[in-house]
Amino acid sequence: MKLSQLKIGAIGIIKEFTDLEMSVKLMEMGCLPGETIKVERVAPFGDPIAISVSGYQLSLRKLEASTIELI
Amino acid sequence: MKDRLRIALVGNPNTGKSTIFNALTGLNQKVGNFPGVTVDKKIGFSKLANNTTLEVVDLPGTYSLYPKSVDETIVFEVLSDKNNPSHPDLVLIVADATNLKRNLLLYTQIADLGLPIIIALNMMDLAAKSNMDIDVDGLAKRLNVPVVPIAARKTQGIEELKKAIQYHSNQPFQTPTIDIEIIAPDLIKSISEELNIDNPYVALQIAHQYQNLRYLTKAQISQIETFEKQYDFHSQKSQAAETIARYNFINDVLLDTVKYNSVALEENISNKIDHYLTHKIWGFVIFIAILFAIFQSIFAWSEYPMFLIENVFVWLAEVGHRYLPEGVLTNLLIDGVLAGLSGVMVFIPQIALLFAFISILEDTGYMSRVTFMMDRLMRKVGLNGKSVVPMIGGLACAVPSIMSTRTIENWKERIITIMVTPLVSCSARLPIYTLLISLVVPKIYVLGFINLQGLALMSLYVMSIIAAILVAWVMKGIIKSKAKGYFIMELPVYRMPRWNNVGITMFESVRTFVTQAGKVIIAVSIVLWVLASYGPSNRFEKIDEKYNSPSLLKKYSSVEIVRLKASEKLENSYAGVLGKSIEPSIKPLGFDWKIGIALITSFAAREVFVGTMATLYSVDGDATKMESVREKMAGAKNTQTGLPVFTVASAFSLMMFYAFAMQCMSTMAVVYRETKNIKWPLIQFAYMLVLAYVASFIVYQLLK
Repeated sequence: MKLSQLKIGAIGIIKEFTDLEMSVKLMEMGCLPGETIKVERVAPFGDPIAISVSGYQLSLRKLEASTIELI
Repeated sequence: MKDRLRIALVGNPNTGKSTIFNALTGLNQKVGNFPGVTVDKKIGFSKLANNTTLEVVDLPGTYSLYPKSVDETIVFEVLSDKNNPSHPDLVLIVADATNLKRNLLLYTQIADLGLPIIIALNMMDLAAKSNMDIDVDGLAKRLNVPVVPIAARKTQGIEELKKAIQYHSNQPFQTPTIDIEIIAPDLIKSISEELNIDNPYVALQIAHQYQNLRYLTKAQISQIETFEKQYDFHSQKSQAAETIARYNFINDVLLDTVKYNSVALEENISNKIDHYLTHKIWGFVIFIAILFAIFQSIFAWSEYPMFLIENVFVWLAEVGHRYLPEGVLTNLLIDGVLAGLSGVMVFIPQIALLFAFISILEDTGYMSRVTFMMDRLMRKVGLNGKSVVPMIGGLACAVPSIMSTRTIENWKERIITIMVTPLVSCSARLPIYTLLISLVVPKIYVLGFINLQGLALMSLYVMSIIAAILVAWVMKGIIKSKAKGYFIMELPVYRMPRWNNVGITMFESVRTFVTQAGKVIIAVSIVLWVLASYGPSNRFEKIDEKYNSPSLLKKYSSVEIVRLKASEKLENSYAGVLGKSIEPSIKPLGFDWKIGIALITSFAAREVFVGTMATLYSVDGDATKMESVREKMAGAKNTQTGLPVFTVASAFSLMMFYAFAMQCMSTMAVVYRETKNIKWPLIQFAYMLVLAYVASFIVYQLLK
């Protein structure tokens, strides 16, 4: 399952990334394999989304979220 | 001990870096540029207890040494190049205690560069509140680096930090973090030998960033390129491997030193606030209400200080006329320079307030929520959610706003943002709007409470934003680019604004405005005054002769003669000739030659318009008093038709012209610096001029 498919309030654990370029940026921002993610909310027009990860909030577009595979 | 110590302040965004900078240096700071680039370089000074002068260089906030924007490139450049004039003796890393894991990534990278380090562990108060147990001494022992716990907003720990800086070691004693050589052994060795570097991590970073590092020679760059091909180096793969290794090290360290007891409380409050502020409906209602409140307060609160400034200039002009000897120089000083300056300086309160509000929006964390809400919409027209910040900032001034587009990683989104930001009505247009609206729009109330003048002004602002969005949408179809846009952005927890930061921002913006705009205004006023006071060949003498003729002297009183003579002289001066020469092309817009002169003079800077009007209409009377300028403009008649110059049609046409035309040299200069291609400012100038002409034409022909 991809992060972009996770519902608001749902929790997932990062398994791997499907895009190398994106994975470097995401890891620098604390999105690492094994890390727990919670979808906090979705922007008014349905995109981007806000997630909780390693103790803070991060916003990213659904397209970017779709490169994160969850366990 | 040296008597001078330079430290660099490094850290993630939103860690309170600038609060620490202000706490260390107070108002004893200056903003400059790093040589060759337009990245703001903030330097502050302070004295340590042992009388050492401390020089603090505030480097741009970044999550990693791998840069994602132009500004962030500076960080590695300064830290890795010993010959860089800003190269520090000591690095002060500011880390957010509530989010240590991500913050320590940057620490491990900088630790490996081999510079002496001190860690300022900020937001310790919040960490304690959210039930985190951080073993500060354990962390310091583990990393073998001084760690100073502080709460910068409460100014706790600043003295301890100063002491730690004073007793810092000159050698880097930090524990090595990861095995660097294993990532790209041959390449690191070759680059180290080629560039004579003794630090493997510096060599590895150069392998990633060599194309953007300005201290490398062309020969060195092509040599590195050859090495990378030879050893089959893949930048992203290497970065991914390095980042994973670093987090393994960090997890190890944190496992022994930090204990989490429960979920962060602060974050829950932020979440609750976000529930409303980014709500589908309420989010936008609140956003518009905030913008509305800001504009209302800017006008209401600036009224009195503007009145005061105006009066100071009136007083200065009176004093000048009374005590200075009459002559050409006095006229130049008072009717030229002082009149021009007063038209601009009245504006300081509004600019200060606008910058203050924008800095509050950013400081509280609200701006990033607006970005989050608007991203989808902005993407539709080829922009990025982050474009909202420069566009709102554009309401104040396009110059810093265009510089703030650096946070937009995608080139196409950034270029489009740069191209449309000057369309947003900036504060320099405000006095023009205010003056013209007060001339032609009656001060009456619609429905009992809506001020008609205010409504006219607001529609001009709304129109400017709509125009910016439409132009962006058109450009989205024209500019081609394959690169993907990103929107990976931290949503910081809500905080109270730091009032002294807001104060410093106000102070700095006013200082920049006064020095930058002031220079242009003085230069333009002098040129204009000369052009308006002298004419080609013997035209002025002929006018003098004409008014000496006995028939005219009989017909008019001496006061009238002086006025008639002066206005005819203006018409025949260089400025008048220039204005008349462009009159045919601006006549369809409803402008006469005097407005023509104002258009020409304000091509360098819009704010010159009011000053020019003041100079042109100050044939007699008080040039510095806005009221009197307005009266004269209201009474101005076209010399040929005898009809008023400023009608509803011509005034609105003029406002359209100023709304759309690119009349700002500073903006064009900054667009050139940011895009590094003369093509962009030229395209921008051309499309905005066409837009201005067409809009003015339509408005004038419709309202005429």
